Amino acid sequence: MTLYLVRRLAVLVASTAVAGVVVFAFMALLPGDPAEIALGVNATPEAVAELRAQFGTDRPPVTQFLDWFGGLAQGDFGTSYVTSAPIGPQISDRLGVTAVLVLGGMAVALAVAVPLGTYAAVHHRDPLGAALSALSQVGIAVPAFLAGILLVFVFAVRAQVLPSGGYVPLAEDPGEWLRSLLLPWLSLGLVQGAVLTRYVRSAVLDVLREDYLRTARAKGRGRTGALWRHGLRNASVPVVTVLGLQLATLLIGAVVVERVFVIPGLGDLLLNGVAGRDLLLVQGVVMVLVAAVLLINFVVDVAYHLLDPRLR
Amino acid sequence: MRGLAMRGRLNAGLVAGGALVAVVVLAALVSFVWTPYDPTLVDAAAKLHEPGGGHLLGADKFGRDTLSQLMVGARTTLYVGIVAVGIAALLGTPLGVLAGMTPRGWLSELVMRVNDLVFAFPALLLAVMLGAVYGAGTLTAMIAIGVATVPAFARVARAATLQVMVTDYVLAARAAGRRGGAVALRHVLPNISSVLIVQASVSFAIAILAEAALSFLGFGTRPPTPSWGRMLQESQELLFSTPRLALWPGLAVALAVLGFNLLGDGLRDFLDPKLRRIRADG
Repeated sequence: MTLYLVRRLAVLVASTAVAGVVVFAFMALLPGDPAEIALGVNATPEAVAELRAQFGTDRPPVTQFLDWFGGLAQGDFGTSYVTSAPIGPQISDRLGVTAVLVLGGMAVALAVAVPLGTYAAVHHRDPLGAALSALSQVGIAVPAFLAGILLVFVFAVRAQVLPSGGYVPLAEDPGEWLRSLLLPWLSLGLVQGAVLTRYVRSAVLDVLREDYLRTARAKGRGRTGALWRHGLRNASVPVVTVLGLQLATLLIGAVVVERVFVIPGLGDLLLNGVAGRDLLLVQGVVMVLVAAVLLINFVVDVAYHLLDPRLR
Repeated sequence: MRGLAMRGRLNAGLVAGGALVAVVVLAALVSFVWTPYDPTLVDAAAKLHEPGGGHLLGADKFGRDTLSQLMVGARTTLYVGIVAVGIAALLGTPLGVLAGMTPRGWLSELVMRVNDLVFAFPALLLAVMLGAVYGAGTLTAMIAIGVATVPAFARVARAATLQVMVTDYVLAARAAGRRGGAVALRHVLPNISSVLIVQASVSFAIAILAEAALSFLGFGTRPPTPSWGRMLQESQELLFSTPRLALWPGLAVALAVLGFNLLGDGLRDFLDPKLRRIRADG
């Protein structure tokens, strides 16, 4: 297990570094010199050269990359060429909002999927079980932002019980904070919950066919008891893998949902950065999101090994 | 594909999915020769026209006919899906087959590591990066979605190839001295084609979702070309007064995705019930 952990950790570090090279190289492809763009067409060559030295873009690309990537480890994302504001604090401010959005969405997804998926598996021959299965297929077909628009229509336009958008920080007013996040959580969570329901269902179905469950039943345990004691841990192995993939999907879904609900998270920051051509900011946010996906994959792989002793 | 009709039975998913996909394809094809109105025609007189009276599904705030926009939007959706899935299949399949045929080699390891890396760049981030460099549009969206889908194809192709490589006929062919390329073309590809067809259908559904999201954010199809995602984005400000503007494109996206998902599941059962396992592992 230790050897596996060390190897997997090395892969994580290496892929993060390569991803950093890719992101950096991509942004370096951009036509135009940040210094020239910042100063406009009438700038003297001396002024441009001076600003270039200030930005550090007059150095060789490899030096620039190492400087940028080395800074990331200490939370230094550089200073925006456009607004002259340090990028790190902007990202860390927004990261919390997006994290809360994603984790809340995941919680909704789990709260929907585990009971519904288990029910659909145990009762897969009943009409209700089959109906749940069909309903999850419909849920998968709805993109999170469309779910958001629908929820806004139902709860903000018609029922007028929840706000249609905006964000209130937790420290300001916990009640309003919760109200401002409920619809975004549901938009992300219901759709992912539909996907997850299918996986939970098929995982529980597989477990139900296993000999050890039949043995447990034969020893006198009830169906629910046997499933609870012997089934859930085994069913959790494939589900955890999917959960990790979904966490990555939720992170990206959050970018879109933040736009629907005007929530100041990382996605909002990213899209504003692109609109304002704030390239270093875009580079930083993309890197954070990519690193988060890589980290999630790492955690999933490790969890997979912990849950399934056969892999150790 | 030989003898396809004899290999399986029609099932509900296949029929329902096929029907939904057929509606989308038909709408797109018909839109080439006929739409009720020019979908980009701005008509002040028809501004927010209610459904009926010449505008079957109504018109938006510029007086553009909703049905015409939906029909041409179907074209955009299919176009993006075909190119994106094409890119993913053409790049992912050879990589996956290669990795599957040399499971212990460094090449296989390299392919799978690169695969994991690409996997960390979701379509949306690729599209945003491409958009920042080259300007966002249908082309950057298609490339982004296509490249982001490569790992899915590579994984599925690898898993299926691993299974084919241990069959007797492949062992016999190798024993008879056939080279790797010939084995890949004559034995592996034909036998993994059903898995790839299923994957293509599922990926198509994901591509439709991605295109809608990108157009919604302004990183997909540019105006005035109609697209379902942008129709949804434009509908958002009028959600309080004219919710039907969100209803139709929303329904279109959901039904198209549902169609391709059902078609994928249906095809899997139709082509080979054993494939369930491969897709679950891949």
